[in-house]
Amino acid sequence: MPVNIEAVGRAYGPHEPYEVTRIKIREFADAVDARSFAHLSEEAARAEGYPDVVAPTTFAVVIAQQAEFHVVVDPEVGVDFSRVVHADERFTHHRPIIAGDLISSTVHIDSITQRGGISMVTTRTELVDADGKPVSTVVSTLAVREEAS
Amino acid sequence: MSAENRPSFDGLEVGEVVAEREIELTRDSLVRYAGASGDFNPIHYNDVVAQQVGLPGVIAHGMLTLGQAASVVEEWAGPGNVADLQARFTRPIPVPNPGVAVVTVTAKVGALDPERRTARIDVTVDFQGQKVLGKAQALVPCA
Repeated sequence: MPVNIEAVGRAYGPHEPYEVTRIKIREFADAVDARSFAHLSEEAARAEGYPDVVAPTTFAVVIAQQAEFHVVVDPEVGVDFSRVVHADERFTHHRPIIAGDLISSTVHIDSITQRGGISMVTTRTELVDADGKPVSTVVSTLAVREEAS
Repeated sequence: MSAENRPSFDGLEVGEVVAEREIELTRDSLVRYAGASGDFNPIHYNDVVAQQVGLPGVIAHGMLTLGQAASVVEEWAGPGNVADLQARFTRPIPVPNPGVAVVTVTAKVGALDPERRTARIDVTVDFQGQKVLGKAQALVPCA
């Protein structure tokens, strides 16, 4: 079943807020080899001008990918996850993510284009803090190969 | 963005390499990233599944490569100072078992905006002589 282009414009969320913890930031920083102590220690983060440990640039993907999953599993969108590759990604940070943040996400299907047996599904996830203020916008495109006929 | 840790705008030149790093990716790196990110797509740890979908074997998460590239930019820009980051994933990085996939990340000044005092940093990630990311760009506000 091909991806349903009529799903463009759908939105999912806001989802239950994600609680950003120091230990998760540390784990993520280790995994992407982000070496600043501001990812590990509150004191080092303060010295850099932050109230607490600051997340590495791509940490927002942890929250955004959970939100994007709602698109992937929606049977009316019709994405076969075993045929998905990640095509592109963009982060626009309105402010850095800091330990202690409670972040809600809403994911929008911005576009679906189909060409040569591949559907390109572009989602935009808006992350906001507990006050409803924008934190990050994450735009992601998945390439879904249709089944060979 | 914190105003206290931004790199200096003055003296930057287009074409200047601001940071560079060689990275060794192993299956361990992939498992670690899967756990840290929550991306448990089996093509990043299971050769059988990877081959079933037409890949040569297990490949690195595109977002691991981009995350590593971001860390190289951040080392120069300061933590929390990359305001915008984008890339296309143009080529997969197969990660052998046992073994190592060696990639080189180079971060170069691509453009400068003197009014806003921002630097566009162009990032190349090279694996076996080929680029694995397309249009990989970071925007860094400078002091």
